[in-house]
Amino acid sequence: MPENCKTISLNKMSVGQKGRIREFVVESDDCERIEEMGVTPGEQVEVVRYAPLGDPIEIKIRGYHLSLRKEEAALIQVEVLS
Amino acid sequence: MSSLTFQSTRPSLVKTVALTGNPNSGKTTLFNAFTKLRQKVGNYPGVTVERKTGTLMLAKDRVVNVIDLPGMYSLAVRSPDEQLARDVLMGRTVDTPKPDLVICVVDAGNLERNLYLVSQLQDLGLPMVIALNMMDEVERQGKEIDVARLSQALGMPVVPTVASQNKGIEKLKQIIAEGVTVFYQRGWRMAPDLEEEVEHLVRLLVQHEGMDRHQAFAEALILLSLGAKLKNEEKKAGPAQWFYKEELIRQINMVQDRLRLKGLRARTAAIEARYGWIKSILKQCVRDKNKRGEDLTERIDGIVTHKLWGWVFFLGIMALMFYMIFTIANYPMDWINAGFTRLGDWVTQTLPEGQLRNLIVNGIIAGVGGVVIFLPQILILFFFISLLQDTGYMARTAFIMDRVMSKVGLHGKSFIPLLSSFACAIPGIMSARTIESPKDRLVTILVAPLMSCSARLPVYTIMIAVLMPAATGMQKAGIMLSMYVLGITGACLMAWLFKKTLLRSQKPVFIMELPPYRWPSWHAVVIHMWERSRLFLKRAGTIILALSVILWVLMSYPRHEGLQGSDALKASFAGRMGTALEPVIKPLGYDWRIGIGLIGSFAAREVFVSTMSIVFNLDDEAGENTLREAFQAAHWPDGRPLFTPLVCLSLMVFYVFALQCVSTIAIVWRETNSWQWPLFQFVYMAILAYLAALAVYQLGRMMGFS
Ligand SMILES: Nc1nc2c(ncn2[C@@H]2O[C@H](COP(=O)(O)OP(=O)(O)OP(=O)(O)O)[C@@H](O)[C@H]2O)c(=O)[nH]1
Ligand SMILES: [Mg+2]
Repeated sequence: MPENCKTISLNKMSVGQKGRIREFVVESDDCERIEEMGVTPGEQVEVVRYAPLGDPIEIKIRGYHLSLRKEEAALIQVEVLS
Repeated sequence: MSSLTFQSTRPSLVKTVALTGNPNSGKTTLFNAFTKLRQKVGNYPGVTVERKTGTLMLAKDRVVNVIDLPGMYSLAVRSPDEQLARDVLMGRTVDTPKPDLVICVVDAGNLERNLYLVSQLQDLGLPMVIALNMMDEVERQGKEIDVARLSQALGMPVVPTVASQNKGIEKLKQIIAEGVTVFYQRGWRMAPDLEEEVEHLVRLLVQHEGMDRHQAFAEALILLSLGAKLKNEEKKAGPAQWFYKEELIRQINMVQDRLRLKGLRARTAAIEARYGWIKSILKQCVRDKNKRGEDLTERIDGIVTHKLWGWVFFLGIMALMFYMIFTIANYPMDWINAGFTRLGDWVTQTLPEGQLRNLIVNGIIAGVGGVVIFLPQILILFFFISLLQDTGYMARTAFIMDRVMSKVGLHGKSFIPLLSSFACAIPGIMSARTIESPKDRLVTILVAPLMSCSARLPVYTIMIAVLMPAATGMQKAGIMLSMYVLGITGACLMAWLFKKTLLRSQKPVFIMELPPYRWPSWHAVVIHMWERSRLFLKRAGTIILALSVILWVLMSYPRHEGLQGSDALKASFAGRMGTALEPVIKPLGYDWRIGIGLIGSFAAREVFVSTMSIVFNLDDEAGENTLREAFQAAHWPDGRPLFTPLVCLSLMVFYVFALQCVSTIAIVWRETNSWQWPLFQFVYMAILAYLAALAVYQLGRMMGFS
């Protein structure tokens, strides 16, 4: 991995930032459903917005919009692209 | 599974066709196009939560059954509605035959994720055709899909459709008529070690359970992905649980142990492999010609999910709705009222004096008319709700409300059943089926009737009219809005309480798709309103009519010679019931006549209005024309006015909280499969309503209001 690539968890990303999913930090039923929705390692993701009260997050992945809570997003490690 | 599957259906064999696919892909729209039925369509995931059947005429003597199913994201089901869909597809439902042909409706604008389910369905080896729906949106976005190539890559027919414009329907019918031949080739592979274990499991399942290899393969993948050790669950837990022989369970657990030792990530390997395969297909078949900038959906979302404007918009929409309910609806309401009054006068003049005339004029016309008059208001309410549901705003309300709901212990998805309950608690309670956690679903069901449904509208309207006859539409809308807000607040508080006490469970995950905004089809909106009016009028013509007759009888008998008006009413059965109730409700500010109204409305809330119409028609004090005037003229024996502002408020608050609806009780009974929960719900809401109304009246008096 090149030096300038930062890896952070998805809930730390700011609006408009793009990244590539690296891994889920735990394995669980819930993570499985999130992966089934297309949030799989290697896929590009963009943070579209945070809800008015700060939670959940709306992300764009595989060409569609998905919302999930910060709590779950914290389990997803993302390599920041821009 | 052998990597090749060849399946073909003989045309004459296709008798049952099932529609499946991801939520919100257009299954019901297609179903309606096939069957000419009018099932509910809406632009958010989870509109359909039941199996619906209809028939499709292919030719004069060729009829096919069509089944519409709830949408699902994956065969690894999480919620009751998804489970139902899977069970029907796999032929596990007793009362539905296994479909001979499956039409998988795929949202072409969201092809990548939609194909995930397709890939799982292929494992089942079902004869399948893809309806590549929403092609209009794909074209608008400037994308090109090579349909022939996609069909080849998937090994099944693919038909481009625009279900909302009836495009592609003929082609699909032709395929149903001719039958399909599918040729599946599993294009994805997991790590060799995993493949080996899967093969081992498949052999076990075939041997011990007598499954065919397709089913065994699908089942083996699910077994691999189980986190916990497999145990035979109790039968009560439902059909999704496993009932394997002990030996098989031991073997399966051994496989899982081996995988754990090798450190293989079995749970997600198949998911990732499938998505890898899908990517490679899309690379061949989809061309994105022009990269667009920000689209309409993103611009709208910039406003409606904005920190400030989001809330302004939400409250603004509700306020506008109530404003229209109080202003525009007035004209048609006056016409309907005039119509019923004229009808009553005509009957009075035509029929000879007597109990029959009395029954028709004071019982039926007053009772039914009292309810029917609210049709225009209810239509406006349904118009707005239909807009919320059809544009895609519904999913956004779940998105912005999730934080609030999570404080309560539920998640944003619970907000959708709650919002739907504004129309009627019954569809609201049904749509709680999309909630994964059984306890959260139960909590949602328990609080859903606290949301003010359309049947409360008549009660609120009349009370507000009495409360402040001279107020402007805006002020009335404000009071109405606050009643709704009171209901939402009550629902949140009770949900919080239930989650803390009776129904503790972990905080649920919230994963929800936000569909793009779509123009509501005006045709569908009009049909929805028409269906609703039909139901409303039917209800008025049946239940309300029957109840009006019963109530009239209770209020008119036994007859006492020499007693007139109010005294006769008081001596009747209903009057005696009301009088018996009076001590209990007097602290709320109600007299025995309101007591009769309360008793009547325990069957259905709007019956309050018809009951009161009958009460004041019988108890004809001054021959008032409208119910409002009758209310304003009513007074206690000592001459104090009965409907003081405080009593009006207290009554409204009572109706916000009380569960006065037999149909809701019945549906909760069915959905929870127990009679304890509806009973509990009825009792807690009655107590809540009583206490809240008591608090309003008594505190109000202490503060010097009347
Ligand atoms: N533009 C466009 N919109 C469509 C098309 N087909 C359906 N829709 C719209 O897509 C939305 C979803 O349609 P439904 O038929 O309710 O979808 P469903 O698959 O039954 O959804 P669930 O019951 O929630 O699983 C509605 O707003 C429809 O009007 C289409 O071909 N083009
Ligand atoms: Mg549907």
